[in-house]
Amino acid sequence: MEFLQQLVNGVSLGSIYALIALGYTMVYGIVKLINFAHGDVFMVGAFIGFYSITILDLGFFPSLLISMAVCAILGVLIERIAYKPLRNATRIAALITAIGVSLLIEYGVIYVRGAQPEAYPSDLIPATSLDFLGVKVSSQSLLILGTSVVLMILLQFIVHKTKIGKAMRAVSYDMDAARLMGINVNNTISATFAIGSALAGAAGVAFGMYYTKIEPLMGIIPGLKAFVAAVLGGIGIIPGAMVGGLLLGVIESLVSAAGFSLWRDGVAFVVLILILIFRPAGLFGKNVREKV
Amino acid sequence: MRKKKLAGIFMSFMMAAGVLAGCGGSSTTSGEKDGETVKIGANLELSGGVASYGQSIQEGLKLAIEEINKEGIDGKKLELVTFDNKSDAAEATNGAIKLISQDKVSAIVGAATSTNTLAQVEIAQKNKTPLITPTGTNSTITSKDGVLNDFVFRTCFIDPFQGTVAANFASTDLKVKNAAIIIDSSSDYSKGLAASFQESFEGNGGKVVAEEAYVAKDTDFNAILTNIKAKNPEFIFLPGFYEEVGLIIKQARALGIDVPIMGGDGWDSPTLVDIAGADPLNNTFITNHYSSGDSDPKVQDFVKAFEGKYDGKSPDAFAALGYDTAYYIADAVKRAGSGDPEKIKKALEETDGLGLVSGNMKLDKNHDPIKAAVILEYKGGKQEFNTKVNP
Repeated sequence: MEFLQQLVNGVSLGSIYALIALGYTMVYGIVKLINFAHGDVFMVGAFIGFYSITILDLGFFPSLLISMAVCAILGVLIERIAYKPLRNATRIAALITAIGVSLLIEYGVIYVRGAQPEAYPSDLIPATSLDFLGVKVSSQSLLILGTSVVLMILLQFIVHKTKIGKAMRAVSYDMDAARLMGINVNNTISATFAIGSALAGAAGVAFGMYYTKIEPLMGIIPGLKAFVAAVLGGIGIIPGAMVGGLLLGVIESLVSAAGFSLWRDGVAFVVLILILIFRPAGLFGKNVREKV
Repeated sequence: MRKKKLAGIFMSFMMAAGVLAGCGGSSTTSGEKDGETVKIGANLELSGGVASYGQSIQEGLKLAIEEINKEGIDGKKLELVTFDNKSDAAEATNGAIKLISQDKVSAIVGAATSTNTLAQVEIAQKNKTPLITPTGTNSTITSKDGVLNDFVFRTCFIDPFQGTVAANFASTDLKVKNAAIIIDSSSDYSKGLAASFQESFEGNGGKVVAEEAYVAKDTDFNAILTNIKAKNPEFIFLPGFYEEVGLIIKQARALGIDVPIMGGDGWDSPTLVDIAGADPLNNTFITNHYSSGDSDPKVQDFVKAFEGKYDGKSPDAFAALGYDTAYYIADAVKRAGSGDPEKIKKALEETDGLGLVSGNMKLDKNHDPIKAAVILEYKGGKQEFNTKVNP
């Protein structure tokens, strides 16, 4: 029974990672950029949701939509200002810029509102615990898991069935060839960032609802964990991010259950290292040899 | 760099001057202190970063000295000499030197924080003048590595003491036999409280059935809480700070853990109630220095007097401990029969069972007070006075 409860704990922790990892992996899949600012967009999303609930007095779903919209705009701005000028620079330059943007957002938010934590109002969504044979499942974690699954399916649909999705795949395959075929590469990349950041915003609001406490540096660790989850599943592969996130959550919970709670974060990064050594393309990835 | 060097030279001159002046002072001027007034220095944070602490202490001190001087101490009156250390350790050192060598005080009260108190310890020791901090809780203030700073005292209890009080409350008031401990392994405060809780709780015949740890800034505690739930403890000791504590309590209650949970003064913040929610906080307790809701007539008289003097302002723990410090000194002056610093030091040491607002006062061998702590219970998101526990 205890083991089952730990599995449930792991899945609810992992569904947050999965939710953040979806946006991460999508941006990487299309633009081949590790967007380290993704975790901070997630944080901004949590705060936007918080302020729309407390100051604008809105309900959960309107706040979620506002947060997603603002984060989409923020994502596009970040891309246009920080990444676009470096599109033809080396990969390392883009990576360093991403770290810079991440720090800028974190400390910008601290500058504007201070570093003290804020507590999400808890009465928006009833937090009941459902009891299955002695295993407690909170209704909020079911909601988060459900949201992740729905968003994953939606993303798969967008990427594989819509026109913009087709453009994204083309840009991902060969940017110059796509341009020659009349695809507006800049708009396509902007759309990618808008969708990815909107997902981060949604994850931020869900996180706030579930864990109550939000603060300006809250994006760092979940952002890193989501990165591990994305690599675990195969970075760039949307269902991979989902599975990687859930798997990472379960691994962490089982490590804590075994009495090594202080090693939890360490184990997450050990998983990253092992994956990079033994299966660099991730669980869902195919090893593609690069043509020379 | 150069500025630092200059400051260093200046400081060493000041220290030397202070020591010299002190040596001269204790031999020649002690006779004069037997007169009508006994000067008490107050070296407090009246401006700067933690000014609210110093100001509260000063308000408590002033109120107490006013009351004491109505009757006098066997014909003697106390005179308060205040120095603003600007919440700065170097200023606090200067202040101690000035109060001892120029103002020739019989004792110094201050500072509010441990750091600013530690900056005065050496000067108090060398000049043989008692230094009493109302609120500095760091254990190294009074003794370090087994060496006692015999002229240094405090009115508050030290951090690990709260663990002992919590253990006694669990054993005698809640009558629990086994407990779980959850430690913030990144905080010395938390580890200190947990160690002293475990020692006392096991001394009382209790058993610690589970011990789990987390680090500050963690957000998901379901895994460790599930482990704890499996061990079925009757009580959880959770000595942490309010950010994580709030989340732990919320998640524990969601997992169906409804046993009493207890912590220390690290919980004491309104944000705790926002994070955990009012309902999950029911059946949780904290130890603290003082509560204005204490039904003890001594506390209620103090609260009334304080509100009367300061336009209805409710006294916090700093004001109460400042007030107590003045009475602690007055009692020592009475038994010493003079304003001589060394006689006052001896009397301070021998204080036994002096009844103060924040509990009865007696010192252990490290000059740390053994006195009652207040237990507060959360009811409907509000702190309510529950009981006072003697160690």
